[in-house]
Amino acid sequence: MALLEVSGISKRFGGVAAVQDVSFRVEPGMIKAIIGPNGAGKTTLFNLVSGFVPPDKGSVRLGGESIQGRRPHEVAARGLTRTFQHIKLFAGMTALENVMVGRHLRARSGFLSGMLHLPWARREDAAVRERAVEVMDLLGIAALAPLEATALSYGQQRAVELARALASDPRIVLLDEPAAGLNMRETRELAKLVSKIRDRGVTVLLVEHDMSLVMGISDEVLVLSYGEKIAEAAPREVQSDPEVVRIYLGDDGC
Amino acid sequence: MLDSRFAKIGIFLAAAVAVERIAVLSGAGYLLTQLTMSAYYTLVALGLSLLMGYAGQISLGHAGFFAIGGYTSAALTTWDLSARHAEPVVAALSRAGVLVARAGAFGGDVLVVHPWPAFLCAVALSAAVAFLVGIPVLKLRGHYLAMATLGVGTILSSIAVGTAALGAADGISGVPPFDLVPGLLRVAGNAPVRIVNYYVAFGLLAAAMLLLSNLVWSRVGRALRAIHGAEDAASAMGVDVARYKLGTFVLSAVLAAVAGSLLTHFNAGIGPSEVSIMKSVRYVAIVAVGGMGSLWGAMAASLSLNFLSLRGYFGSLDDAVFGGILIAVMLFSPGGILSLDVRGAILALLRRVRPPRAPAPEPEDEAAAGDGVGVLGKEAGEEGR
Repeated sequence: MALLEVSGISKRFGGVAAVQDVSFRVEPGMIKAIIGPNGAGKTTLFNLVSGFVPPDKGSVRLGGESIQGRRPHEVAARGLTRTFQHIKLFAGMTALENVMVGRHLRARSGFLSGMLHLPWARREDAAVRERAVEVMDLLGIAALAPLEATALSYGQQRAVELARALASDPRIVLLDEPAAGLNMRETRELAKLVSKIRDRGVTVLLVEHDMSLVMGISDEVLVLSYGEKIAEAAPREVQSDPEVVRIYLGDDGC
Repeated sequence: MLDSRFAKIGIFLAAAVAVERIAVLSGAGYLLTQLTMSAYYTLVALGLSLLMGYAGQISLGHAGFFAIGGYTSAALTTWDLSARHAEPVVAALSRAGVLVARAGAFGGDVLVVHPWPAFLCAVALSAAVAFLVGIPVLKLRGHYLAMATLGVGTILSSIAVGTAALGAADGISGVPPFDLVPGLLRVAGNAPVRIVNYYVAFGLLAAAMLLLSNLVWSRVGRALRAIHGAEDAASAMGVDVARYKLGTFVLSAVLAAVAGSLLTHFNAGIGPSEVSIMKSVRYVAIVAVGGMGSLWGAMAASLSLNFLSLRGYFGSLDDAVFGGILIAVMLFSPGGILSLDVRGAILALLRRVRPPRAPAPEPEDEAAAGDGVGVLGKEAGEEGR
């Protein structure tokens, strides 16, 4: 059974068909990439899947359960977390605290237990902290833990955002242009990280411009153009697909 | 982390004791009355500080929640039910001890609700109103939320002024004392219990401070700061944004109602000025002065400004002073008084007065001098860390 199954999903914004009748499946344990030129509807597709934007038509199923119409926090609670194209770290909090918020779902202390500082809530919080440090350690950014998150370098912020998305031990993580703004060395490190995440059992769906990243690590690539799916195959096949070549190279040579 | 929390509250309580001793020994014990009242108002400010500074939501209707607490307590403990003592419900409540007979102001006994159940009703009613109002209103943001809460405040204010049973423009007077612990702790405004009342109010304030500082550094507090920092990202991490905003709104309304109820017993009455929009604006101004996201800052600002106001230092310009303070804080130090970069300002002044001989650029100090200006509410304090 597919972990994530999107069928016939569509979304219009006014007169623009941002996403049109797109269907795809993500099998457990794979890295799947969504590529396409600017304005192809990649980010909208992410927003539809993660509950930020309700679809006009179509359905989204996660682990067999429909998550359509669910709000983002409910989608997250079912094991799907994400990062953002424009990094959205929590200002005024340290990198560690940011990652600890990522662990929110795995704890349950509420207003009362928090105010009363109950022993079980303290223990729970210590476990949250411990796990957050572990995740940061896994991504090689443990040293950033005590630093103000929004003061870090761009690449470091991307890594913190990734750690935050992984902290709840999701089943699938959606990465929205994780290599945007990174230099070549950082992009290579990111590719290694994404593979590492997958090796630890987390399925990855990513939107990306950077072809070197996509072709190097993806098991499957889905190509979007003007909101429609025009190809879906292994990276090598996609690269030789004439339609894809036309979109990426033919028209304006980008 | 926890130790520093306890240490701060210990210092606060020690300071409260010192102030009480100095006031009493120097023959200025009457000041304790205004300090006690300030402490109750500060309870409202603390709740609002949590709502504004941590959850990032504004409320221009918090005087309303204070008034729901005060008016409910006042009404229940003064409405005479003796004429209906034969009715089964009244009789049952009487037997259960919810109703008590006491000497009325005009002779003869009156049958009224005991202050404790009245207090619980007051807090529950305020929480319920905040809950029901909060569900639709907290979907709004920024200006829209401010205006909607202003509307809530206006409605509550009109209800207070327009309801005969609540004393209309006169309010409710003759509210009896509240024996928190019979024979030991009595909330009332007369001179013999002045010192006890001072400690009740400041003890409550210290307890509220401890609870809220705990909350800020708990899972919920982290989620609230995350909502303030980036709401989208918080919800993508599984934070139920609407629920946490609502929870904070209700919590702040509960604190306001506790303050309203107890201060009404202390003052033996409550009037519609407590529910006016200017009162709500005043709470917001105080939280802004203290610094959004700084519980201790809000407490310091609230205790001092309320005390000065209650002592009449602002004269008939009372409301104007708070309006002016709000404008000044927004213009010069949106992060609150504590965020003012005093050292940077002094250095800049010194440089201007006596320019350095060598033209040595100091980029770091330049950066520091610019720190005082920030986006409203974005300058989360380091309090309680």
